[in-house]
Parts: sequence; structure tokens; C-alpha cells
Amino acid sequence: MEEQTISNCARVYGEIKPSSTGYESLAHLNDDGVYELSVLVSGVHCAGCIQKIESSLAHELDIIGVRLNFSTRRLSLKWTGASEQANAYVAIIETLGYSVQPYDQEVEKSETFKEERFLLLCLGVAGFAMGNVMLFSVGLWVTTIETMGGGTRDLMHWISALIAIPTIIFSGRPFFRSALKSLMAGHTNMDVPISLALILAGGMSIFETMNHGEHVYFDSAVMLIFFLLIGRYLDFRARKNARSTATDLLSSLSGFAQVVQDNKTNRILIRDLKENMTVLVAAGETFPIDGFVVKGHSQVDTSLVTGETMPRDITEGDKVFAGTLNLSAPVTIKVATAAEDSLLADIVRLMEKAGQGQARYVRLADRAAKLYTPVVHTCAVLAFIGWFFMGGLMWQDALMISITVLIITCPCALGLAVPVVQTLATERLMKNGILVKSGDALERLAEIDMVIFDKTGTLTMARPTLEGTYSNEILQFAASLSVHSVHPLSRALSDAYTSELLDMTEVEEISGKGVSAYYKGQQVRIGSRTWCGDKNAPPHNGLELWLSVEGKDSIPFYFTDDIHVDAPEVIEKLERDGIQTIMLSGDRQAVADDIAQKCGISTVYAEKTPTQKYDVLEGFKQDGHKVLMVGDGLNDAPVLAGADVSFAPGAAIDMAQNAADIVFMGGNLSPVYATYKTALLTQRLVKQNFALAVLYNMIAVPLALAGFVTPLIAALSMSGSSLIVIANSFRLRFAK
Amino acid sequence: MSVLIFLIPIALFLGLIGLGAFIWSLKSGQYDDLDGAARRILLDDDEYKS
Repeated sequence: MEEQTISNCARVYGEIKPSSTGYESLAHLNDDGVYELSVLVSGVHCAGCIQKIESSLAHELDIIGVRLNFSTRRLSLKWTGASEQANAYVAIIETLGYSVQPYDQEVEKSETFKEERFLLLCLGVAGFAMGNVMLFSVGLWVTTIETMGGGTRDLMHWISALIAIPTIIFSGRPFFRSALKSLMAGHTNMDVPISLALILAGGMSIFETMNHGEHVYFDSAVMLIFFLLIGRYLDFRARKNARSTATDLLSSLSGFAQVVQDNKTNRILIRDLKENMTVLVAAGETFPIDGFVVKGHSQVDTSLVTGETMPRDITEGDKVFAGTLNLSAPVTIKVATAAEDSLLADIVRLMEKAGQGQARYVRLADRAAKLYTPVVHTCAVLAFIGWFFMGGLMWQDALMISITVLIITCPCALGLAVPVVQTLATERLMKNGILVKSGDALERLAEIDMVIFDKTGTLTMARPTLEGTYSNEILQFAASLSVHSVHPLSRALSDAYTSELLDMTEVEEISGKGVSAYYKGQQVRIGSRTWCGDKNAPPHNGLELWLSVEGKDSIPFYFTDDIHVDAPEVIEKLERDGIQTIMLSGDRQAVADDIAQKCGISTVYAEKTPTQKYDVLEGFKQDGHKVLMVGDGLNDAPVLAGADVSFAPGAAIDMAQNAADIVFMGGNLSPVYATYKTALLTQRLVKQNFALAVLYNMIAVPLALAGFVTPLIAALSMSGSSLIVIANSFRLRFAK
Repeated sequence: MSVLIFLIPIALFLGLIGLGAFIWSLKSGQYDDLDGAARRILLDDDEYKS
């Protein structure tokens, strides 16, 4: 699936020219006079691409370093000379056929980047420590004090402590930090018992070592850290990969806009646009920002913003929204600030509100920790009380047993139960082009009982196709005309006819109306009903174009926005699993009803504004429904953010992709159902893992309570339980 | 048992070398692009400088 990259220009109909200007402003000058530039290159999917890009740049003059990071699709360039050379280099990549986007270098210094190195470092140190402590532990396990002598044993204990204690302090930090944060917020998570087990195991072992004791647990503590860090790193990596693909492109507020200043045009970064700047938007480009048209008239495809399938005419004074597509003619707009009542501001406000709602979800592992922590701690206290008051032991020995209980119940298996399964599931979904962005998305997905679908672009292809059959002659005529226009209906018409076209003369596209031309001296026109259609014909609900030939009756062409072929099947499967399906659209009722009927959805909400859409969702949530939202438009973004879990197709606008928990590639809907099934399986495996962890504790805790647990048993049972949980998780690999 | 006086430092020293090598490779960015590394083995590296 790597061929498919998430593109934020999936619905650009026109040709877009290489945009390699303005990069000099992003080049960064080093202390030693070397320029550095990072850009995102999309379309890279094999070793050949790496080589093509790197070698063609490496041969350029002045280039001293070029490196393409395959995982993040980031190309870093270093050269000596002038900053303007950046544009030439970018142009080279664009000529090779890759598209280039400016990239915010701040991302590199971001928390995610640091966090990954930090986790790896902790993991490496823990791995080193585990191996070395184990060398001594094996020696301690296989011999007795009679063979070895007390002095040697103490020496081995001290060396183990020398390795283990710094490791616990160093590599335990991810757990200590998280536990502390959670405790300060007044609740517990899995990291609290982990931290406690680490500290107690370390502390008690030192105490034992100093008192020439028999049992130390350094090996158990270090092993616990190592296994848990593996889980933590896997979890982190899977999520990071998904995030970087899906949302680094989101920083495409770092795209460029063509700005007119002092009668000159400049390309500047979109995020640098200010109020009242004048921006040129060519036909086929998306509007970079909200604004008012000051010159020219054209048509905009607003389907991403409002869900409306018909292009809207715009002329001087009309407002246009960022993310919509300029279809037919170049226009000049004046940048408007996001006024309080602007559509975008509304949507952003709603999304903030929605985001707060979702933060209340408690992850399964944390819910388990909530139950687990008090039970384990009570056990430990009871062990001390029992042995000290009733068992007649010295307080040191009773305390020792009590601490052993805490160590042996170490939540190693519990800590691995969720991340291992989720990493495997995320990885598997990723191979099928489904990116899971938030860690708990699959957990939430497994609990849904209702799915809300957006119409345009989600259930439908957002691409009109010709309906009905027409004679070859008429089609040829119409296609010969419509081929001169980039209007979606014209394109649908020319797509429907693949044979030879007629030669028309004096072709002219009239914005908002259609195309006119001459053929053998006769004027022929194709366009809207009001311009060249039969005004007396019965009104039609869907999309239409009219062909008129001088002296003949006009002929209508009807179009539909086709649904995805697998939409009815997916909806039927969901319904069969007892999940209610609903359509929520901004389009007209008649159009929405028609599509819903084709897909087999019975409940339809149409003609909804973004705010109303959100209200509908709130209504369902208040009725206790767990809602999955599938949508792609800006108008869906608040609902995507507010729903219990949400999907956006890879062709959706950035904002929708950012708001959604899961982004899926490819042109159809079946990934939604497939992900749902995987989520159910994942959840089942997680629950089994919890059951295994509990089973392990039920065997280990009585042994510890009885005082039978030696360091060898502790080490074996801990790694044994971890391995069983990991093995069970890997069953996901074999599930079909 | 006196052999331990040599063996323990040697064992620890070897372990530390491994750890040092790991930290060096981490700091020099060798873990930043794991997918790319898997594919770069397919390239002939004398064709271009990098």
C-alpha cells in the first residue's frame, strides 16, 4: 500500500505547475556557511526512488550532503553557495516526478523526536544491564553458599547492585515520570505499581546486600524494566509512524500562496498571510485561506467544506473558504481574518469543545490498574500482618515476604497485555493502508453501536459520472466540447466518451455557464440549463448539463455522484453486527435520500450545517450511543473530533484527517469494516492477556505469601508470564 | 575463585563496549530511518556520494 500517499490535493482537477519558488526563505544558514533545507517529498515508495532523488541531487554543484529519510519522507539537503539554489534543487526533484512540500524544521526538534531517542536509550541501557546482571544471577542460582562462600556471594551481589541501581534510576524514568504525573493528577495508572515494584525491588535488594542476605532481586527489577520498555517502544513507534504520515502533511499550512505586493507577485508561506493581502488563485488550485473575491469570477467546488456536490458560482464580493477548490478561472482574493462568525472559526471552536469530551475516555489498561493496584497492595499489607502477628516472624522477615509479594505481582504481563496486541494490530492495519493515530482508538472502536456516515466523498466518490445511455453521435459532440473545460461535470462527460473527438473552432469557456464553439459553421454549446437548456423541461433533482446545437432541440445529460461499490455491502455487514447506520449530510434532502437508498441506510439527516451536524451527534451521545463517525470534509471535522471514534479517508482534507482517529487509504469503504473486525479481535486478545496475567498472579501470589519465592522463581515466573502474554498476542498475526 | 578478579572486569568491560557502541549509533542517527536502511542495502553505493 505504500504507493498510496496521503495527498491533500486528491481532488484537484486541473494540472498544477511545479511550484519551486520561495524555498530560499526556508533554507537555514549554519555557522560554517552551509545552507540546510528540509522538505517533504511525497511519492517515494522504493529503494529506486531513494537512489533517483539522492543521486540526481548529489551530482549538482555545491551540494555537500543529501539524505532522504524513508520513514518520514523527509529530504535534508546541505549546500554551500546562495540560498536561492534551494529552488533549483527542489525543481530537480519535481522534474523527477515527485511532489515537494515545505517542511517545518521545528518538527525535528519536537517532543516526539526526543522521546523516541530517550526511549531507545533507556531500552539500550536496560538491555545491557539485564545481560550483565544475569551473568551474576545464573552464578548465584546454580551454586550454594557452601561452594561459593559468603564473601564471593556478597561480591556478586554488590556488582549486581552496581549495575542494576543506576539502570533502575536511568531506564526507569519513563515509568517514574508517568506515575508521578498520574499521582499528582489524583489517580493511578499502570505505571504506579510498576514504579513501586521497581523501587521496592531495588531498595530491598540493597538492604539485603548490605546485611549479607541470601536473596536479591536485581535481576527481576532489570528484566522488568527491559520487557516493559520493549512494549513501550513498540507502542510508541507504531503510533509515531501513523502520525507522521497522516499529520506531518498537516503542517501544510506551510504551503505557498501567490501574493501580489507592489504590482509584483511573490510566493509566500500560507502561514505568513496577513489580513488584506491580495492573493492570486489559479484555476485548479485550492484556496489557501478565507477571503473575498476582488477580481474575476469562477466556480468553486465546496464539497469538502459543505458537502454540497454542485459547484458554486463566485464573483466579486463573494466569500471563499480555505480548502475549497477553484474550478474554472483565475481569481484574485483579499485575505479576510478568521472573523468570530466565520465558518472556519466556528468549526475550530466546535472541535475544541469536542476534543475535551473525548479526553474523558479511560483506557482499558488504566481501568485494570485501578482494580489491580489496591488488590495487590492489600495483599502485601496482609502478608506482613499475617506473618508478623500470626506467623511469629521477625519484622524484617515479614517485611521481606510482603515486599516479595509486591515484586512477584509485578505488572509486567499486565503492562505488556495492551501495547503488544495494539502494536501488532496497528502494524497489520498499516500494511493494509489503515493508519491508527491514537493509541486507544481500537479500544473505542470495539465498543461502538452506531456509525454515522458523511455522504459526499465518504459514501460517494465525490466524482460525478454520466447516467443513462446516449447515442454515440451525441456523446461525441458533447465530449468534443466538454473536453475544453475542467468543470467536474465536463470531465465526467469527456471521461464517458473515449473514441475520437471532433475538431471544434472558436472554443470559448464562459465561467458559470459552459462552453461554446463552432462546428461546421454551426454554434454548439454545452452548459447549464439556464444558458443553453430547455427552460420548459421538468426540473431535475440531480446534476445536469445541456447540449444545444443551433436549430435543434437541447439535449440533457444527467449525472450522479456514484456510491462506492462496496458501500451497500459494508453497511449491510455493520447492520448484521447490530450496529445502527446513519447518514449525515450537508447536501440537499432529495440527493441525500437517493444516495441513502442506494446504500441501504434508512436514517438520513440532510441539509445540516457543521454546527447542526455536531448537535445531531451530541443528541446520539446523550442517548448513550457509542458513535463512530466516518467523514472527509471540513464540515465533518467537529463531528469527527467529537465522536467516540472516527475515520477519515486518505483523500480527505487535512483538517478532517487530523481530527479523525483512523485514516484509511484507497477508494472504498471496506477498510472501515475490516478495522472494526480487527478492533474486536484486538480487544478479545487484550482481555485474554489480562486473564492470563490474573491467572499468573493467582499462582504466584499464594507462593509469595507462603514465603516460597526465591529470586530464581521470581525471575522465571516474571519472564515466563511476559512471554506467554507476548505469544498470545502474536496470535493476531495468524488470524485471518 | 581468584580468576573472578579478571573475569568480572573483562565481562563488564565487554558489556560496556557494547553499550557504548549502541549509544554512539543512536546519537549518530542510525535509528532515525529504520525502513530506509532496510531498502538502502539494495543500492550500489559507489554510484553517488551521500
